[in-house]
Amino acid sequence: MRRFVAVRLFHAIVVMFLVATVAFFLIHLAPGDPFSFDNPNIPPALRDQWRAQYGYDRPVLEQYVRYLGSVARGKLGWSHTMHAPVSEALAQRLPRTLLLMGLAFVLSFALGIRLGVYEATHWRKRRARVTNAASLLIYSLPDFWLALMLLLLFGYWLPILPAGQMVDTLHEYMSPGRAAWDRVVHLILPLTTLTLLLTATIARYQRAALLETLPSDFVRTARAKGVDERDVVRRHALRNALLPMITLAGLAFPTILGGAVFVERVFSWPGMGLMVTTAIAVRDYPLVMASVVVGAAMVALGTLLADIAYVLADPRVRVR
Amino acid sequence: MFADAFDRLTGWYRRLDTSVRVALVVLVLMYLVALLAPIVAPYSQSEQIDIVRMKNHAPSLAHPLGTDRVSRDVLTRILYGARVSLSIATLAVLVSAIVGTLYGLVAAVAGGVVDTILMRLLDAMLSIPRVLLLIAILALWNPVPLWMLIILLGLTGWFDVSRLVRAEALTIREREFVVAARSLGARRSRILLQHLLPNVLAPVIVATTLGIGNVIVLEAGLSFIGIGVREPSASLGTMFQEGTEAFAGTWWAALFPGVVIVVTVLCVNILGDALRASLDPRHLPRVLLGTPTAAVPPPATAE
Repeated sequence: MRRFVAVRLFHAIVVMFLVATVAFFLIHLAPGDPFSFDNPNIPPALRDQWRAQYGYDRPVLEQYVRYLGSVARGKLGWSHTMHAPVSEALAQRLPRTLLLMGLAFVLSFALGIRLGVYEATHWRKRRARVTNAASLLIYSLPDFWLALMLLLLFGYWLPILPAGQMVDTLHEYMSPGRAAWDRVVHLILPLTTLTLLLTATIARYQRAALLETLPSDFVRTARAKGVDERDVVRRHALRNALLPMITLAGLAFPTILGGAVFVERVFSWPGMGLMVTTAIAVRDYPLVMASVVVGAAMVALGTLLADIAYVLADPRVRVR
Repeated sequence: MFADAFDRLTGWYRRLDTSVRVALVVLVLMYLVALLAPIVAPYSQSEQIDIVRMKNHAPSLAHPLGTDRVSRDVLTRILYGARVSLSIATLAVLVSAIVGTLYGLVAAVAGGVVDTILMRLLDAMLSIPRVLLLIAILALWNPVPLWMLIILLGLTGWFDVSRLVRAEALTIREREFVVAARSLGARRSRILLQHLLPNVLAPVIVATTLGIGNVIVLEAGLSFIGIGVREPSASLGTMFQEGTEAFAGTWWAALFPGVVIVVTVLCVNILGDALRASLDPRHLPRVLLGTPTAAVPPPATAE
């Protein structure tokens, strides 16, 4: 097992190196540079001075080698738009996204698995068909569309929830109790959006997985020996039908970051997603690079954790 | 001959589920209307009817879906927008299908070191968050022409396809008919084209159909943040974005394009599910085949 993890970690590092390389050249070979923005008040000499200061006047290959060198020393660069080290910007933004994602993740798996199991065990019933159709509908909704609709419904037409941001402008002046409530209230809409979408996906997969397991021989055996139907599902069928959920969790982990880009934008949630889109717009290269690498790292981590969990959960899978 | 084909077609259609039928009809209509937009559209594309008096009009008889802030007919723009969205999605997905199938087949047939390298590369490409990558490329290399957008969407969407194809090809490669062909002296290229390609197409078709829905949403999202399809051409996503700028006042300019996106994606997903069920029996829950707790056990198959 230890060797398996070590090999996989090595693979992950190679993959992240490749990703960083591809991203670096895609970003740095694009026409223009961070200081070529439109502003007639800035003289060309000043632009050139800035370029020299940040090293953007060097050949791309040299910049690449320098970048790798600084990353190897643990420095992710300086964000000239946030006037802070990139690591500091990440340390500020990443937890906010992880809070949103983590909650959405836990809620969706709790709800989605339940819903999927219900839909699979009652698949002939009318109500299960309705919820199944509803999951398909929600699964088909674009995230930014759902986010905007919820925003309009509960932030504008029925203004019971704040329309965006993470806290109120008066947050600093609130009592501890109110401040905590303020955070919760601001979480509701973005969290609902992400949870609805992810729950629908999970329910669909769980339903399919369980429907595939229920006709198995061991389920029939369990029924034949008189096991209660509830226990047939919970202790025999579901245990096997949960395995695909592990893979799904590993795969969904990074996609939620992609979804967060749009959802964070609609709700002005100041996390990674919002930071990346602004960083790209103002061409803050080190920040964009770091975000892409963080994204890739999350993919690698998601798959690795899923693989480990799979080995632990399924005795049929052997580690070579 | 035509009558026969027609009979078979209607017979196949009648055997479909109601939801699949509806989805199919809606999609066919959608494609037809998008294709014939210049003929069906009540007004001409991006015609500003009367920018002062006719702007931001609520839905009426003359303008069933209202007019937008520069007095363009929303229905007309949706027809043209659907044309752009559907073309982009369909073409991009075709690019993905072709590249993914070739890559997967090559990896499976080559095997050994080549296969390992190709798969590691695929891992790397799968690790780049697609949305981030697209946003970065589109924003930094702007303005990106429409055909380039299609290629980009296509080239970032084939990874799953090639995985499916490789997995499928690896099992088919060992099946008797391929072994027979090989022992009869068939060349590699012949085995690839005659035996492997037709047999890996089922998962490709399913993934491609479902991919159309994904790409429509993705393109709409990119256009929504202003870097996808740009003026003067407009996709449904562009329209939705424009409409949301003053959503509360003129809801029709955003709501209808949004609804068209949702309906299209929903229909594509229903169709994709149905295709998966009929083309790929392994993914079909056995319960749905009608013999969940059959009294007679199925004959044991020799493995």
